[in-house]
Amino acid sequence: MNYSIIRKILGVVIQFTGAFLALPAVCGLFYGEKQAIVYAALSIAYFVIGRIISGIKLKSHAYYAREGLVIVGMSWIVISILGAIPLVITKDIPNFTDALFETVSGFTTTGSSILSDVEALSHTGLFWRSFTHWVGGMGVIVFILAVLPMTGGYNMNLMRAESPGPTVGKLVPRMKDTAKILYSIYFGITVAEIIVLVIVGMPLFDALCISFGSAGTGGFGVRNDSCAGYSSLMQSIITVFILMFGVNFNAYFFILRRKFDEVFKMSELKGYFGIVAFSIITITINVRNMFPSLYQAFHHSAFQVASIITTTGFATTDFDRWPQYSRALLVLIMFVGACAGSTGGGMKVSRIMLMFKTVYREIRKYLHPRAVTNVTMDGKTMDRSTLHSVSVYLSTYMLLFSVSVLAITLFENLDLETVFTSVACTFNNIGPGLSKVGPTCNFGFMQPVTKYILMFDMLAGRLELYPMLMLLTPAVWKNA
Amino acid sequence: MKIIVVGCGKVGAALTAQLSQEGHDIAVIDLDSRVVTDISNNYDVLGLVGNGASHAVQMEAGIEKADLLVAATDSDELNLLCCLIAKKAGGCSTVARVRNPVYNSEIDFIKEELGLSLTVNPEYAAATEAARVLRFPSAVQIETFAKGKVEIIKVRIPEDSVLDGCPLAQIHKRTGTDVLICTVERGTQVEIPNGSFVLKAGDIISIVASKQNTRDFVARIGLKSRRVRDCMIIGGGKIAFYLAQQLIETGIRVKIIEQDRDRCEELCDLLPKATIINADAANQNILMEEGIRECESFVTLTGMDEENLFLSLFAQESSKAKVITKVDRLDFDNIIKRLDLGTLLHPKNITADNILRYVRALQNSIGSNVETLYKIIENKVEALEFKIQTDSPVVGIPLSQLKVKPNVLVACISHDGRISIPNGNSIIRVGDSVVVVTSHLGFRDIRDILK
Repeated sequence: MNYSIIRKILGVVIQFTGAFLALPAVCGLFYGEKQAIVYAALSIAYFVIGRIISGIKLKSHAYYAREGLVIVGMSWIVISILGAIPLVITKDIPNFTDALFETVSGFTTTGSSILSDVEALSHTGLFWRSFTHWVGGMGVIVFILAVLPMTGGYNMNLMRAESPGPTVGKLVPRMKDTAKILYSIYFGITVAEIIVLVIVGMPLFDALCISFGSAGTGGFGVRNDSCAGYSSLMQSIITVFILMFGVNFNAYFFILRRKFDEVFKMSELKGYFGIVAFSIITITINVRNMFPSLYQAFHHSAFQVASIITTTGFATTDFDRWPQYSRALLVLIMFVGACAGSTGGGMKVSRIMLMFKTVYREIRKYLHPRAVTNVTMDGKTMDRSTLHSVSVYLSTYMLLFSVSVLAITLFENLDLETVFTSVACTFNNIGPGLSKVGPTCNFGFMQPVTKYILMFDMLAGRLELYPMLMLLTPAVWKNA
Repeated sequence: MKIIVVGCGKVGAALTAQLSQEGHDIAVIDLDSRVVTDISNNYDVLGLVGNGASHAVQMEAGIEKADLLVAATDSDELNLLCCLIAKKAGGCSTVARVRNPVYNSEIDFIKEELGLSLTVNPEYAAATEAARVLRFPSAVQIETFAKGKVEIIKVRIPEDSVLDGCPLAQIHKRTGTDVLICTVERGTQVEIPNGSFVLKAGDIISIVASKQNTRDFVARIGLKSRRVRDCMIIGGGKIAFYLAQQLIETGIRVKIIEQDRDRCEELCDLLPKATIINADAANQNILMEEGIRECESFVTLTGMDEENLFLSLFAQESSKAKVITKVDRLDFDNIIKRLDLGTLLHPKNITADNILRYVRALQNSIGSNVETLYKIIENKVEALEFKIQTDSPVVGIPLSQLKVKPNVLVACISHDGRISIPNGNSIIRVGDSVVVVTSHLGFRDIRDILK
């Protein structure tokens, strides 16, 4: 284990956290809030500390997959703790566990909150909360890769550990350029959303925070009623943009390169929009009677479906009160999640598709025991090791899920629906669940230990399990 | 530059490592997904699984915008096809590895007709390198510049040499020859020395001088300078064939020991003047019987690196022969260097260097090209020859007034065919060939020597 490289990159992460904190400080100055001073001071402090730590000379530049996973896991923990400190100091969220829950939920783009009254927070705090979504959406490490000159081929080990999806492909030969392209697309669509929202009359502050929340597929709002208070036009705009952020970013790259046929070849996209269309239509029919018009029913079901499948977690209505079919379908699409290579969470559409294809292959094997079959995706034969890792991923996922549910029932005497959906919505980085953690409720009432379990679930879900599990594996920490 | 490498075998991998280090955008294509995964995990490159001769695969690798395609798969025919298709699809420069001796003999025709920019033959290049060393056995390594007029050679300073304890400033006085010492390797340390540096016996020095001067210098410091008269080659593969062919041409007696009976027959037909022995060289008695004690040079070219190492160690111990050891696959450079194996031959590196030289020249097709490039010390020191074609900031100014980067040595200037070791008053003119020795890797233009 190369501890010096871990220390160095963590130092860089601290430095970047400092840089990120400067933005809410600017926002706070604009509103003349005294919290801005805390953010500014911490920003400078983090920057200096990070600078010193990353300045220590390296013993060796070489690092491999295990260091990559450990670096990514630790970076996310470090950045969450550092991000929680200003919330505690400014008394926006005085309790440390609660503040940590809020920042973990922010960086992992979950959007689960412990706050009952969001509007009581300072603008600075609100801005920071939403901005963590934006940073966490594409990934802290990917951001660092995009802007820092890092030498050697080792960076792939970092990128692979942080990017969602069963396989990680580069768009262009150089990691740095790939990271830059991804962030430019991300930045571009975010700015577009901000501009459109401002044009249709949303206040700039709300537009910024809602755009950060939808770009990272996070879900922190700035109002107590999430998105219910915005006009129907604004809600429709948000629906379209969150669906866009759930698309594999490779598609945008192809569009930029004018390779439209490549976009149409992406079967994951078809699967994603297929599931979205199916869910919207059936839920619209299911909730038709609860709304004055068919359009209203369609509008709200479209918003909720988009918000849940992309794992954003905004709400325009209390879907906890919807009929059972709609509730069940929403919980199921929580698990499906968005496309691989997007900012969304969940299992990812491509994994689900590969899983179904593998199952189909197994069934065919019973029919024709000697048949030689391959699982293909986008016309390409999938590697056996990819299929294997998808299966292992799903098993690990289920295992971790069950253990979390069981552990929480030990500490909380809650109904199973609440416990089940609270794990589902944190593990899949969505935000609100059903029943006592539904869209109108929050996680504030839970025991600290439950909150820590959920925080672990959020991090594990965002980082696709392995980085967090690596941190818990003793063998990793032994020099071998 | 945007470069596509087809085939990630030994040469492909060595080349990818070098090129990605120099900052090129590289896409690699190979049929074996494991190899591709491996290489894209280790280097910052785009890996693609597929047939490199397929137009669709090449398009995916970005052939339209590529500057160069290097085809280095196992098959010559596939390599040529890759290059043909790349040429049509993207109009980029193409480099093919062609190793079959049949094609090799008509390589000029193939190159011309198929529009290839460069062909490389790793075995032939390795054999040429070995033959050069055998013509001058005191050298650990020997390379030529300025169409063979200037040599850069590496020698080990023998015990009791005049150079033992000699400061560099006094070399001219002690040896009476005009040479320039570029690098000194002492143990694991490498230096580009200045005038006050004191040499010791056992140091490996590299010197640049005209051909005649290097011969004189080597004789003065107490090393033999004449070429070997006979050569024992272990292993009868392609390199052995090319090497034997070249040695026989210059009148060196060649004996090849090969295990495989059929190959022996084949070699016997191809090389009527060579002595072909059908035996297993791992047997000491056979080596003794065939006169390992008396032979003047001993080259191990079997397909097994380990066997080559042991045979060479044995030869070093039991004879005074000049030993050359081929190392193909082993990756333990530091350990191998510590062993007394004579001259090491790395076919994959020789080929990769050849292509690299071409890439650097291509990168800068105007101005002063890199004509030749040698790695004096792997990954540490390079020697480059620049042809000064147009006006450049270094032209017409005495060297002492140029603001040259540290660790850069202008080692030699060839002006109208006259070779001179430059001093502070020397001036570089348009049309000259200039040899630069430097520890900065990746120079592309003579301007790069300036601060």
